[in-house]
Amino acid sequence: MNTSSKILTIIPALNEEKNIAQVIDGIKKNAPFCDILVIDDGSSDSTAVLAKTAGAKVIHLPFNMGYGIALQTGYKYALENGYHYMAQIDGDGQHDPQYIKELLEIVTSGEADITIGSRFSKNNRNHTYKAGWVKRTGIILFAYITSIIIKQKVSDPTSGYQAINRKVAKFYASESYPSDYPDADVIIMLHRSGFQIKELPVVMYQNRNRKSMHSGMKPFYYIFKMFLSIFLTLLRKSELLNQRN
Amino acid sequence: MPLQQKFFAIIISLFLMVFIIELVRRKKLREEYSWLWLLTGTIILLLALWYDLLQWMTSLIGAGLPTSTLFFLGLVFLILIAIQFSVKVSALHTQVKNLAQENGLLKNRIEKLEEGETPKREK
Repeated sequence: MNTSSKILTIIPALNEEKNIAQVIDGIKKNAPFCDILVIDDGSSDSTAVLAKTAGAKVIHLPFNMGYGIALQTGYKYALENGYHYMAQIDGDGQHDPQYIKELLEIVTSGEADITIGSRFSKNNRNHTYKAGWVKRTGIILFAYITSIIIKQKVSDPTSGYQAINRKVAKFYASESYPSDYPDADVIIMLHRSGFQIKELPVVMYQNRNRKSMHSGMKPFYYIFKMFLSIFLTLLRKSELLNQRN
Repeated sequence: MPLQQKFFAIIISLFLMVFIIELVRRKKLREEYSWLWLLTGTIILLLALWYDLLQWMTSLIGAGLPTSTLFFLGLVFLILIAIQFSVKVSALHTQVKNLAQENGLLKNRIEKLEEGETPKREK
């Protein structure tokens, strides 16, 4: 890996005091070359303090704004501070940090603009992730739709375990990015803007103590929002999104 | 239209318009939100005074009674006003989002400066 590149790992976190230190340690162990930034999305517990103690930079949002907005804050920070490549990983220990290096290598080598860690890839024998049936149906459905639209196999469009380069970060930091609920629609937008997307099999764990954003009525809203967002993305002229060059 | 109905429609529309203008005068309501309300008031007034127009509209939309036309128009205006608010709330949401993010980034920069680091800014 090119050592002169500045690399940042972004962790959006909401009330993750139980897991955050462990996640940061895992990243330090597996990818010691990158800086770590925790976006504390208005947590009411000591997530921010623990993250700082564990050696991460911390950005504190004044109130809870949601996963996508926290993530976008991280990308704005990365762009302002001249980072070349960025990885994003969840703060709840759901993503195994040992894959960060692999995810990053694909973007640093220029093979793709964005790598997405997939829990469902065919060659991923040891996937331990389980989800409710509505969400599972949604993921399979949107994986299928996304794959057709971008003419490339996508097995896990919901994955928040990604590595990207600066060009994609610019898109993520712009108003075109659906910061309320980034998901399959982002992959389609990236494809329409001409970015190279690659998928990498990773291991994800069931999140243990999180009130998941995919519980209760949320899975139904997720399916509705994705349909709407994908439909509207296809209606928009791709030049509007095109920020690749 | 019975005189009683006409009387009430005129009173209500006049009251609405005076109320809106007064709110704008006292800066409690911004001009940009007043126009749709004023238009609503004007149309109620117009239809109350000009019964032929109301009857023409009733037959145009196929309603049975002129009263239904008034209710229908009232509903349409309420929907338009609600949409106007949704659009504005969306814009405000984006602004609040950007402010919160900027706030977080600035706080981080201040902390860095206080710790004696010199942050390099690249565009």
